[in-house]
Amino acid sequence: MKRIIELDLGLSRRAALQTGAGAAAMAALGAWPTRAQGNFDWQRFKGESIEVILSKSPRSDLLQRHQAEFEEMTGITVGAEQIPEQQHRQKQVIEFTSGNPTFDVTSVSWHVQKRLFAKGQWLEDLRTYLEDPEMTSPDYDAADFSNAAMVYATQADGRIDTLPQVIDYWVIYWNKALFDAKGVPYPGTLDGVLEAAKALNDPDNNIYGFVARGLKNANTPVWTSFLLGWDVDSVDAEGNLNTTGPEAVAAAKLYQALNQNYAPPGVVGFNWNECQTTFSQGNAAMWFDGIGFAPPLEDPEQSKIAGNVGYGVVPPGPNAQHSGMFGSGMGVSAFSEKKGAAYYYCQWATDKMNQARILEDGAGSPCRNSAYENQQALANLKVPMQWVDALVESGKIGRPGLPVVIPVTEFRDIFGIGLTNMIGGADPAEELEKATEQFRPILEKSEQL
Amino acid sequence: MAIEAQSVGGEISETKPTVVGGRAYARRGRYMRFVVPALIVILAVIVFPWFFTIWMSVHDWQITQTQTFTGLDNYLSLLSDQRFLESIVHTLYFTVLAVILPVIFGVFSAVIFHQRFPWRGVLRAVFIMPMMATPVAVALVWTMMFHPQLGVLNYLLTSIGLPEQLWVYDQATVIPSLVMVEVWHWTPLVMLIVLGGLAALPTEPYESALIDGASQWQMFWHITLPLVMPFIMVAIIIRTIDALKAFDTIFVITQGGPGTASETINIYLYLQAFSFYNIGHASAVVVVFFVLIVILSLLLLYVRQRTLWAVSR
Repeated sequence: MKRIIELDLGLSRRAALQTGAGAAAMAALGAWPTRAQGNFDWQRFKGESIEVILSKSPRSDLLQRHQAEFEEMTGITVGAEQIPEQQHRQKQVIEFTSGNPTFDVTSVSWHVQKRLFAKGQWLEDLRTYLEDPEMTSPDYDAADFSNAAMVYATQADGRIDTLPQVIDYWVIYWNKALFDAKGVPYPGTLDGVLEAAKALNDPDNNIYGFVARGLKNANTPVWTSFLLGWDVDSVDAEGNLNTTGPEAVAAAKLYQALNQNYAPPGVVGFNWNECQTTFSQGNAAMWFDGIGFAPPLEDPEQSKIAGNVGYGVVPPGPNAQHSGMFGSGMGVSAFSEKKGAAYYYCQWATDKMNQARILEDGAGSPCRNSAYENQQALANLKVPMQWVDALVESGKIGRPGLPVVIPVTEFRDIFGIGLTNMIGGADPAEELEKATEQFRPILEKSEQL
Repeated sequence: MAIEAQSVGGEISETKPTVVGGRAYARRGRYMRFVVPALIVILAVIVFPWFFTIWMSVHDWQITQTQTFTGLDNYLSLLSDQRFLESIVHTLYFTVLAVILPVIFGVFSAVIFHQRFPWRGVLRAVFIMPMMATPVAVALVWTMMFHPQLGVLNYLLTSIGLPEQLWVYDQATVIPSLVMVEVWHWTPLVMLIVLGGLAALPTEPYESALIDGASQWQMFWHITLPLVMPFIMVAIIIRTIDALKAFDTIFVITQGGPGTASETINIYLYLQAFSFYNIGHASAVVVVFFVLIVILSLLLLYVRQRTLWAVSR
């Protein structure tokens, strides 16, 4: 079953550019969102204290930086802690399994944890809170969230157990100077990516046509994102594995051809950080990864190609055009004894003001349409407007980049090893067959009981 | 009972012949009060976790699912788990290199630093600095140094006309490259241990050897090395334990990759337990790993005893 999720940002490219041009003037008119105090009682849980664990990221930095604002507004004391991504996920699972987690609020990676958290029923269903005018401020405006974000935040049974925070789309970063020097246009198809990589590959001068993750586990989203161009999800809504068909093999062959022939030697061990270094130092013409890497690429102190980076929407494949989508939200622990205060924190963390701040800081792509209409955020943007364009366009073709299954980490690991072997010359069809046979019983078992 | 009483000190040994019947029980009861706190701690943090681990290892237990008793299935599945078997090979390969090389370089550097020469103290301090660095920080720095296009290691190689290497980014060279980090990090520890041994050596055998016309090499091979061997064995045991439990450096630099080329038992175990949440399977790995370590430790202790015997003989 095809699962296309469109992001209705309500912002066209032209509108975005116009918005950017007039941003300074509009900022003076006071376009920054404000929190209406009105009759809403922000002090309802005054005196309570809550614990929050966040995955380490610029978004979490932002929340911690403005935490005093929340504490002053609500009288709630917050103990917030940032934990590196992998350890954060482990801590959540271990503590939820214990039945007595130490935190009241947590951020949740939808693309890894959504199905697991649904099965565990570890997060509070927030629908009743959202519908309750005494719990949700009138200016919160849940309808402002993009359709894609709300679909991603909603479980299969209709429960909404997280409030959307960010959605990350995969794009192609391209080095404009290298493309211009050889007169190569930005590719119009996935096959065109291969042709462009071939044309731009110049290993004698330490320049490679393409770079993307080769390290097992980290590399799987590269292949699954390509696969979307064949209009195929790696695991469909019915739980069928689509990982051995001609489309899966073709996407794997594309992955193999790019990484084997036009990527730097050693790409087999590259995670995103090695790719970022290679691309930012001008050693790769294209880099395929999440959209959140623009700030370091545009920082002249870190990047040799600042000001020369193009942000390209994933071109169409043979059957469809989709951008792999990943994201996260904020949820309230079902075990919390301070659910009201915890919900207030989630509400504040995902409101219009904090979503606009995410855009302003270049800390990710916010889930609210209003953030992209915020004049001050756009005026203060630390990255080029082309980044916003790519984000807007990707939002229209967003589709989950990883299967929404419980053993998603094993999926990434098992298929990641196969992809790594392909870079070393293994046959894609055989590797996919082998990985599928290995993963199938794990998937079937995960859905039992 | 008499043996127990003897073992706690001379005072008790003296009174042993008079300790009989009820008085012995009373005395033992008084001693037990001091032992109980330590016993509780040992039961809580060592014995209970061990029994619990064994219990988990005979269950099929995954997060969000109920536990099912499966007997030895988890252990039997390990026998046919190619990835686990490969991880044992990787662990042994890594351990052998990460023990032998620091010991060779450590002994060599200890012999050098045992000599008197200008700035010896300062150079010793500089030499032991890597040992003081945090493993994760060390790993991050080496990750940058290993980068095939932008790392300083390939820059140095090409500067002297040698071809670039892929270091940790190639399945064939990943473990030797990781061992390089271990050698840089832990050679100073071996040097310090052996240096302590060298400082304690008597001078008489050397004086006799000099009178007999022995060369420097003969004195090192026939006097220094045998005498310092017990210290080298201590270093080998410490390095073996360290290398077997190595995790941080490998995880930060390669996460077990490329593919599974540097996946040691620890990395495999970590993935099973904390990424895939296969608690039962991971517990079986722990038990098997523990047995392997016990066998290896007994072997090392046996060799150490033989070394001591050879020295005393």
